Amino acid sequence: MANTKNFAADFPALNQQVNGNRLVYLDSAATSMRPQSVLDAAVDFYSTKGANPHRGVYKMAEEATAAYENSRAAVASYLSIDTDELIFTRNASESLNIVMYSYALDALKPGDSIVIPVSEHHSNLVPWQRAAARTGATLEYLYVDRVTGAISDDELERKITSKTKIVAFAHVSNVLGVLFPIEKLIARAKAVGAVTVLDCAQTIAHMPLDLHALDVDFAAFSGHKMYAPMGIGGLYGKRELLARMEPFLFGGDMIEYVREQDTTFAPAPQKFEAGTQNAGGAVALAAAIDYIKAIGWDILEAREAALMRRLVAGLNGLKDVTVIGDSNPDAPRYGVVAFNLRDVHSHDVASILDSYGIAIRAGQHCAAPLMDYLQLPFKSSCRASLALYNTEEDVDRLLECLPLVRGKMGYGD
Amino acid sequence: MAIDEIYTQVITEHSRDKRNRRHIDHATRTQKGVNPSCGDEIELELREENGVITDAAFTGSGCAISQASASMMADLIRGKTLDEAESICATFLGMIKGDVTDAEQLEVLDEALALQGVSHMPARVKCATLSWHTLKTALGE
Ligand SMILES: Cc1ncc(COP(=O)(O)O)c(C=O)c1O
Ligand SMILES: [Zn+2]
Repeated sequence: MANTKNFAADFPALNQQVNGNRLVYLDSAATSMRPQSVLDAAVDFYSTKGANPHRGVYKMAEEATAAYENSRAAVASYLSIDTDELIFTRNASESLNIVMYSYALDALKPGDSIVIPVSEHHSNLVPWQRAAARTGATLEYLYVDRVTGAISDDELERKITSKTKIVAFAHVSNVLGVLFPIEKLIARAKAVGAVTVLDCAQTIAHMPLDLHALDVDFAAFSGHKMYAPMGIGGLYGKRELLARMEPFLFGGDMIEYVREQDTTFAPAPQKFEAGTQNAGGAVALAAAIDYIKAIGWDILEAREAALMRRLVAGLNGLKDVTVIGDSNPDAPRYGVVAFNLRDVHSHDVASILDSYGIAIRAGQHCAAPLMDYLQLPFKSSCRASLALYNTEEDVDRLLECLPLVRGKMGYGD
Repeated sequence: MAIDEIYTQVITEHSRDKRNRRHIDHATRTQKGVNPSCGDEIELELREENGVITDAAFTGSGCAISQASASMMADLIRGKTLDEAESICATFLGMIKGDVTDAEQLEVLDEALALQGVSHMPARVKCATLSWHTLKTALGE
């Protein structure tokens, strides 16, 4: 049966020993590994095409242009958007910065507010701090329930008001892991006329997304969290917004007419893609989408949900382990679960697990305000994250080694 | 060295030890240090009389390696002259960098030698050296 297939065999980097043990990679929320087909696609682009897209009129350049633009079409189709609404970027951070520089700085004025959940990744937080500082707008936080991670209706209505011009939020927090009630957030933002910015970095590889149906104004993601290489990502923007926005990077291939003293810009998405782009990365990203589609969402989602349930239930069953946020194994959780081991700093847990070949993330997860808000011991946590290549053996290995950590640290039972 | 071998008894005990984890009455120098990668924080307090460190202690929180290192450091520099403390500090930082490997030279580090393995753990170097960099800043004043 397809959903018991071991996909790990497709991922060369997973097939290695670490510190004398089989690698158990549980940090896909930081970056996911790439299947051979994705690596091959990048190599093929540079081996057979390799010219600069949108530049030459010779055959190789035309092929490179076609490969790059076909990749755009594949990503747009994956997200249920139109090709001219997809800007290739380096990563989610750059995408969010484009919204900040090219949209927010022009749109905001003193007295306006930007609203974000306190659980946001620094990439979807620091740009808004800067936008507020530069425009005189205020940055306000939606405080999530410390146990369930949910945001109450009351909190939404109190914070998202007629002063609110931008509401930015992750689809799934890279710490809390549970699905945010984004439909509610979007509806409230629309009711007050605010623009919505979705950070789907943590969901892009774990569930089908229909951005037109969600009706957000902007959405940001990174390819390296969806089985593609580092250095390629994307920004979705609604056509009418992109048309109004001034690019923040200027240069080659984003212009229409350049005279000595002024320039008109190419239409979106080209006007936001100044300079030579990561064409090999875009081609590899399309190959990653092919890989995901070949497995199919039904299998992928069922498999990841079952593994996640096993992981959360297993963590709940371990003495001295506390799951952060919603500990219900049946909660709609995607990709990540954060936890702490009593008395032990997450970095020590991660170092000791590394000696067993287990890779987990530890620290603040680029979400320092959330660590403060949750009042976590040492302001940090461990985080295990899953991808389509993880197996029950991986989860069980973590659950079997975690109880050994306190002993190593000199704590008795 | 296997990674988990760094967590020797000396280190885990020092990481929990309360003796050096306190405030000093009439401290003559205090210095804060943070390691943003772990979130380790310490505030070092020294009392110096006539060029001698008569007491050293710290407060703060963080991973076992950072806290053990701070505790061992306090033990090592207490009763030493400022120059001696500076020299011990240079030896420790040299050991972690892998520049100082001579056994005789390392002897002054006593229990802190248990942290030598960190020189092979690049991700944890900042943890082990936090208190020592903090000391260096405090002495440099
Ligand atoms: C929720 C979320 N947003 C944004 C980012 C930033 O992604 P990148 O570092 O690829 O720009 C991450 C990555 O960890 C993330 O988890
Ligand atoms: Zn540390």
